[in-house]
Amino acid sequence: MTTEVQLSSLYQQVILEHYRHPKNKGDLEEATVTIFMENPTCGDEIRLQLRVEEDRIADARFVGSGCSISQASVSMMTQLLKGKELSEADALAKRFTELMHGDESAGKDRSLKDLRALQGVSKFPVRIKCALLGFDALEEALKRTRAGDTEEE
Amino acid sequence: MTRPEQAGAPPRTESSPDRDARSPAGPPDAPLDVQALRRDFPALHQDVNGHPLAYLDNAATTQKPRAVLDALMGFYEADNANVHRGIHELSRRATEAYEGARDRVAEWIGAPGGREELIWTRGTTESINLVAASWGGANLSEGDEIVLTEMEHHSNLVPWQLVAQRTGARLRYVELDDDGRLRLEQLPELLNARTRLVAMTHVSNALGTINPVREVADLVREHGALLLVDGAQGAAHHPVDIGALGCDFYAFSGHKLMGPTGIGALWARKELLEAMPPYQGGGEMIRVVERDASTWAALPHKFEAGTPNIAGAVGMAAAVEYLDGVGPARVLRHEQSLVGYALERLAEFADIRIFGPSDPGERSGVVSFALDSAHPHDIATILDTEGVAIRAGHHCAQLVMRRYGVSATSRASFYLYNTREEVDRLVDGLGTVRTIFGPGEGS
Ligand SMILES: Cc1ncc(COP(=O)(O)O)c(C=O)c1O
Repeated sequence: MTTEVQLSSLYQQVILEHYRHPKNKGDLEEATVTIFMENPTCGDEIRLQLRVEEDRIADARFVGSGCSISQASVSMMTQLLKGKELSEADALAKRFTELMHGDESAGKDRSLKDLRALQGVSKFPVRIKCALLGFDALEEALKRTRAGDTEEE
Repeated sequence: MTRPEQAGAPPRTESSPDRDARSPAGPPDAPLDVQALRRDFPALHQDVNGHPLAYLDNAATTQKPRAVLDALMGFYEADNANVHRGIHELSRRATEAYEGARDRVAEWIGAPGGREELIWTRGTTESINLVAASWGGANLSEGDEIVLTEMEHHSNLVPWQLVAQRTGARLRYVELDDDGRLRLEQLPELLNARTRLVAMTHVSNALGTINPVREVADLVREHGALLLVDGAQGAAHHPVDIGALGCDFYAFSGHKLMGPTGIGALWARKELLEAMPPYQGGGEMIRVVERDASTWAALPHKFEAGTPNIAGAVGMAAAVEYLDGVGPARVLRHEQSLVGYALERLAEFADIRIFGPSDPGERSGVVSFALDSAHPHDIATILDTEGVAIRAGHHCAQLVMRRYGVSATSRASFYLYNTREEVDRLVDGLGTVRTIFGPGEGS
């Protein structure tokens, strides 16, 4: 695969669309958990907020700044989280991580929806951590929610 | 290489066809023969992602000329032994190579007190930590003040924060103006009877700005304080003459000036070094060891505990030899001409923001910029697919980023082997960024 092809698979329209017009961006009223996550080597940062009601994610929003990959990924993720049970959110994070590590079957998994467009990132190893930033925040949020420890840091 | 005295400063092959291109005897303002110089750097001749490499990340680290690689290899192949402790022939040679390298580097920066003032370290970071811990620990107390600048690399900030926390000293800052220069008019107001030290970079790695060290040194001296200069980018990109700079400490790294990683130096005035306590304890740095106390070796060894980076020192001296042969003033002029050209071409992008002085004469070879439409990381990834290596991030200068309201910039940084064609490829790559990300708000 030439690098031009790789580049167009990295920067698909749907990614650029989420980057320019992120979904679920802003503050969440009545959040039950708020996680701030940054990538210290590059300065990308996000604040993820969830409202969890009886083991179900009722709402998810984020604010953040950084590269197209980190911001598109978290935007797509919040879209998928709404209405999911905590265990389904775990599964989503796991599946997406597999996609980032080159698992072809994850690329065909419809449950990942728009996130599948990020498959090209797996060909750019130094950018994988960008795509996972939102999911790192999600995992922390789920951990805190289960531990009952939802104080904002 | 079998003759030990050559290890510290390997002679150039006299038959080399490009010998004249970097002859110090040539007119000091003659332009560099860049094509000839490039032949000395094996790493430059490779394809990256199907394109010839354009290495524009020299502020992070530089590529190494054959002369440096040969010096390292030659040392390990012929002279390798520990220093200062053997009676045997190889130990004698290794010691000579190591100390010869010190002499060469001390001479190159014009150390007024000679070799005793040149301490080998792992690099700029360790040099600054040495001063902060040793001098700072012994001389700072509650209420004393250290003046820093917003332009500093983290390695000239964090060591001072650590010693300030330990001693109760206070940190104060010279700010940046909109054009990436220090607001030195603030300095007289910041200096007072409690000021013990000013720590400032010679050349900014994030903006390229060259600071007027002499002017600052004079002012600092008038107030009875000391001046430490972070020379990581200075020594590599600007002629250095310690006597003319007038500072008290000068810290620099081998790898920024074509030498190996893991080696650098601290220059300090002899009286200061004599009064300072050791930084680390161990072998090499002692005179007599008893059960409860020891006495220290003479300078410079007092500050060099343990087996040093012997080959690194030899390699750094070879790098200095190479740089000196080309002529640091010519290197700076070459970088400035590339910066001038880059600034001109980058101005083609309506939504570009360029950081640092607009006059290339006030900079070394660094151009930091941001586009409205694309994040620095995305820019660096796209350029990399075209074989153009730049740096994206905060460049270990988060105070600079904060000052200009960005979390990261894209940075192209040039050295003696870079060409105008490589600047063109940078600009072409930004064209690809444009195609993918669109023109941005500004145009
Ligand atoms: C201005 C400046 N100071 C300090 C450093 C630290 O140098 P080193 O990492 O070689 O210790 C660097 C390089 O990263 C630099 O550019």
